Amino acid sequence: MSNTNPLLDVTGLTKHFPVKGGFPIRRTVGAVQAVDGLDFQVNEGEALGLVGESGCGKSTTGRLITRLLEPTGGKISYRGQDITHAGRKELAPVRSEIQMIFQDPYASLNPRQTVGKIISGPMEINDINPEGGREKRVRELLEIVGLNPEHYNRFPHEFSGGQRQRIGVARALALEPKLIVADEPVSALDVSIQAQVVNLLQKVQQELGIAFVFIAHDLAVVRHFSQRVAVMYLGKIVEIADRDDLYGNPRHPYTKALLSAVPEATVDETPARERIRLQGDVPSPLNPPSGCRFRTRCWKATEKCATEAPPLVQVEGNKPGHLTACHYPETEGTIPAPRLSKDPQAAA
Amino acid sequence: MFRFLVRRVIGALVILLIISAVTFSLYYALPRDPARMACGKVCTPELLAQVRHNLGIADPLPVQYWHWLQGVFVGRDYGGLGNCNAPCLGFSFTNREPVLGTIMDRLPLTISLALGASVFFLIIGVGTGMIAAVKQGRAADKIASSFSLLGSSLQIYFVGYIAMYFLVQQLGLLEQPSYTPFTENPAKWAAGLLLPWLVLSIIFTANYTRMTRSQLVEQLSEDYVRTARAKGMSRRSVFFRFAWRGAMGPIVTIFGIDMGTLIGGAIITESVFSLQGLGRLALTAVDANDLPMLLGVTMVAAGAIVFANIIVDAVYALIDPRIRLA
Amino acid sequence: MTSTDQQAFLSVRDLKVHFSTEDGIVKAVDGLSFDLEKGKTLGIVGESGSGKSVTNLTILGLHDRHRTAIDGEILLDGKELTTARESELEKLRGNKMAMIFQDALASLSPYHTIGKQIGETYRKHTGASKSEARKRAIEMLRRVGIPQPDMRVDDYPHQFSGGMRQRAMIAMALVCDPELLIADEPTTALDVTVQAQIMDLLKDLQQEFGTAIVFITHDLGVIADIADDVLVMYGGRCVERGTKEEVLRTPQHPYTVGLLSSMPSLDGPVDVPLSPIPGSPPSLLNPPSGCRFHPRCTFAEKVPGGLCSTERPLLKVEAGRGSACHLTLDQRQEFFADLAATRH
Repeated sequence: MSNTNPLLDVTGLTKHFPVKGGFPIRRTVGAVQAVDGLDFQVNEGEALGLVGESGCGKSTTGRLITRLLEPTGGKISYRGQDITHAGRKELAPVRSEIQMIFQDPYASLNPRQTVGKIISGPMEINDINPEGGREKRVRELLEIVGLNPEHYNRFPHEFSGGQRQRIGVARALALEPKLIVADEPVSALDVSIQAQVVNLLQKVQQELGIAFVFIAHDLAVVRHFSQRVAVMYLGKIVEIADRDDLYGNPRHPYTKALLSAVPEATVDETPARERIRLQGDVPSPLNPPSGCRFRTRCWKATEKCATEAPPLVQVEGNKPGHLTACHYPETEGTIPAPRLSKDPQAAA
Repeated sequence: MFRFLVRRVIGALVILLIISAVTFSLYYALPRDPARMACGKVCTPELLAQVRHNLGIADPLPVQYWHWLQGVFVGRDYGGLGNCNAPCLGFSFTNREPVLGTIMDRLPLTISLALGASVFFLIIGVGTGMIAAVKQGRAADKIASSFSLLGSSLQIYFVGYIAMYFLVQQLGLLEQPSYTPFTENPAKWAAGLLLPWLVLSIIFTANYTRMTRSQLVEQLSEDYVRTARAKGMSRRSVFFRFAWRGAMGPIVTIFGIDMGTLIGGAIITESVFSLQGLGRLALTAVDANDLPMLLGVTMVAAGAIVFANIIVDAVYALIDPRIRLA
Repeated sequence: MTSTDQQAFLSVRDLKVHFSTEDGIVKAVDGLSFDLEKGKTLGIVGESGSGKSVTNLTILGLHDRHRTAIDGEILLDGKELTTARESELEKLRGNKMAMIFQDALASLSPYHTIGKQIGETYRKHTGASKSEARKRAIEMLRRVGIPQPDMRVDDYPHQFSGGMRQRAMIAMALVCDPELLIADEPTTALDVTVQAQIMDLLKDLQQEFGTAIVFITHDLGVIADIADDVLVMYGGRCVERGTKEEVLRTPQHPYTVGLLSSMPSLDGPVDVPLSPIPGSPPSLLNPPSGCRFHPRCTFAEKVPGGLCSTERPLLKVEAGRGSACHLTLDQRQEFFADLAATRH
C-alpha cells in the first residue's frame, strides 16, 4: 500500500440498513450494521480478495463499491474522484470502468436475450461504438473468454453453468473496465468447472491489467487469485495483508480459526494447521457485540475486548501493509489457550 | 398480533376515507343536478334553492363532504325531509329515506348469496384441486384441469340464463330464484337461492381448483415434504399436515378477496336472477343519479373488501409462524 | 468396504435408477454397487448430475415411483428395499435409516416448532406420548449442542441460525437411534467454521452410537475429514472406490486425478494456473458412449483403438479398491506421477 495513488480508495465506508418497527406508528427502530467503517485501497491491476462468512458484509461492500447500494457513511474515491454520493450523470463514466460479475450464472443473464445482445448491452447503454462495430467486438470478447464466436446468436439456456459464467465475464469486459468486482463468481459452479473460471479471471486480470475485488467464502480460491486479502467479520475488516503474510502468518484469532476450519483434501498424518474450533454462530449484525465484534467467539477475549474496539493497525511483528484489528494478536507458532466453553447464546 | 390488527384497522379507515372523498368529488364532476331532478315539474327558483338546501348540496363541495363525514359519526338533520341518525351515510335523493336503512334491507340477500355460493365453490373447487394434485399428470388431473379451464371461460349472464331456462323453466328441477329471509323459512331461503349459488360457484370453482392444485403441487415438491417422508410419515399425513398447511395461505387470500367482492354486490348475478341485492341497488342509484345511495353502497362494498383483507392477513399470520413471529 | 462374501450392513448391488421424462429416459444411476458397515462412513463424491443424490433417495424409497424404474438390489441388514412395500419402508424411515439434507431451512417445516418435528418422528416409531416425545426432543437438542434446549424446543426453524438448524435436523434424524444415516451435502450451505462444528458433531455421534453414515458431498476436503471409504461417481456410475487414503493419495481414475488437481489449496503454489478438467459434466439424458468421462479425459487418446468411446470400462474391485478405466495400471502410474507436483 505504498502506492499513494490507489485506483480505489475506501475510507470509513458504512452501510446500515434501517429496521422498521414500533407501535402504533412505524418508524426506524434500529439498523443492521452490514458494513461498519471499512478502510482499504485497491491499486491498479491488483486483485484484492474479500473473505468472510455469511453476514460479514462482503457482498454489501461489493455493491457499495459499484454503487448499486447507497453508502450510509464514509467515502469511496475512484482515481481521486469522490463517487460516494455521485449522481447518475457523474457516475456514468465511472460505471463503465467498474464492472461486476455475479454469483448465479443462471439468474444474472436475461433468458430472452441472445448472447450477442447480452454482451453488447453495456456498449449500447453507454453509446459506445468500437471500431469495426459492436458485433465484431462481441465476437472478440467471446474468443477472449474461451467461447466460440459463432455462438453470438445463441440464448443463455443453451450453455452450461461454466459457459454462462464466461458470458458474464465477457459482458463485464465489454466496456474495457479498470476494476471488476466479482461476487462469489465460482461458488455456484461444479468443482471441476470452478478452476476453468478462476483461470479465465486470472488471465483477464494479468493480461488486461484489470484490478479485481474478489469476494468469496472459499479461502483457497481467494488465496490462489488475490495478491492481497482482507478478512471481514460482522461488517468490519479484522485483518488485511499481502496473501503470503495473511495465510502464512495470520495474526487475528478469527483469521487463524477460519484457516484452520478449511477442510483440505489431504490425508497427511500431521495436519498442517492446529485445529481451532469456534463455538456458536456469528452474532446478529442488528445488535453486534460491543468493542471487538469477534470477542463472543474468541478464546482470548478479556474485559478490554468488550469495552474497546481494537483499531486496524500494523501490530508488532507485522510487515508493512499487514494490518490487524486485535488487542491480543496471535504470534506465530503459539498454541491457543484452551477454548473457553462459551454459551453461543450470550452473543445473540 | 394485536398491534398488527390495530395498525391494519387504522389503515383501513384511512383507505375508506380516501375512497369516500374520491367518490364524492367524482360525482360532482358530473354535469347533472340532483336538485333539479328532485324538485319536480313545478319548480320555482325558490323551491329549487330550498331543495338544494335540504339535500345538503347548496354548500361548496368541501363543506358538503364535511357535513357528510359529520353525519357518519353524529347523525344529521335533513330539514323538511326528516332526520338521519348516526351512522348516517346520507339521505337518498330518490326514495327520501336514510341510505343505510335501504342498504341494510338489501344486505341479507347479498350476504346469503355470497356465503351460500362460497360453500359450494370452496368444497367443489378445493376438493377437485386436491384430487388433481394427488393424481398429478394422470387422467383425473387432466379432466379436472380441463373443467377448470372451461369454467373460468364461462360468463354468468350466459350460464345463468341457460341454467334458468333448462333447470327452472323446462325441467322444473329448481325453483325460480327468489329471496326469503333465513329467519323466516330456512328451507325456502335455500331453495330460492340454490340456482344463483350453483351458477356463481361454476364461475368461481375453476379458480379454486387451479389455485389449490398449483399450490399443492408446489408444496408437495418442497424440501420439507421430502424430509417428512424421510422421517417415515405416511403420504396421507404428509399431505394434510404439511402440504395442505402451506397451500392454505394463498387460497385464503383469494377467498378473502372474492368474499369482499361478492358482499360488495354481485351486480350481474343479481340482475340475471332479478334479485334485489346491493348490486341492483347500486345500479338503480347510478340510474337515478342518487349520490348518497351510490356513496353508501360504495362505502359498504369498499368496507367489505378492506376488512376481508384484514381478516385474510390475520388468518395468514395464524397459519404461518414466520409472519406471526417476524 | 471389505470383501463381498460377508454380508455388509448396507449392501447396494448393481443399482440402476432410470427416470422417464418428456425428453426421454434419464439414466441417473447406471449400475452402482457398494457395501457399508456399521460405525463406518462412506463418502460419495460427485458433481451435479453424477447420480449421488438420486442413489440415496432411492435407498430410502423416496423417488417418484410413477416415473422411476429401479433395477438391482438394496439390502439393509439383509432386507431387500427395492421391492419392499411402502408401509414397510415407512416403518424403516426415520427409525432404522434416516437422512439429513443440505438446506436445513427448506427441509424443516416452517409451520411446526422444532420440538414438534423432532417429537413427531419419535412418536411415529415408538408410540410415545406427547410429553415423552417432547422430553426426548429436548434431550436430542441438548445432545446436538443447542444451548437452552428446553426453551428452544418451542421455536420455529426460522428463529434458529443456519448452524443450529442443521443441528436440529441432525437431532431429528437421530431421534430413533437409526443404524444408517444418509447425509446429503449436510454442510455445503454452511460457513466453514460452522461446517467444522457439524462434522465434529457427526463424528462424535457416530462414535457414540456406531451409526453407519453415507456422506454425500462434492468437496474432497470434507471427504478427507470425515470418510473412511470413498466412492467417486461420474455420470451415474462409480468410477473409483477405495479407502480415503487410497483414493486421495494414489487416485486411479483420471476424473479423480482431475478433481484433485483442479482444486486450489491453502499451501500449494499460487503462481501457476489451476489445472481444470476441460468441458462440462455430461447430460444423463444423452450420456457419452463408452466411458462417460472420455470426452473430458486427457488420457483417452492413449488407449488404443478408441476403446474409451466405444466400450464401457468395467469397475474391477479387489479388496474394496478399484476403478473403471481402460488405462493400464502402468500407464496410470506414469501419467499420474506428476499429480503431486500439480497439486495446488
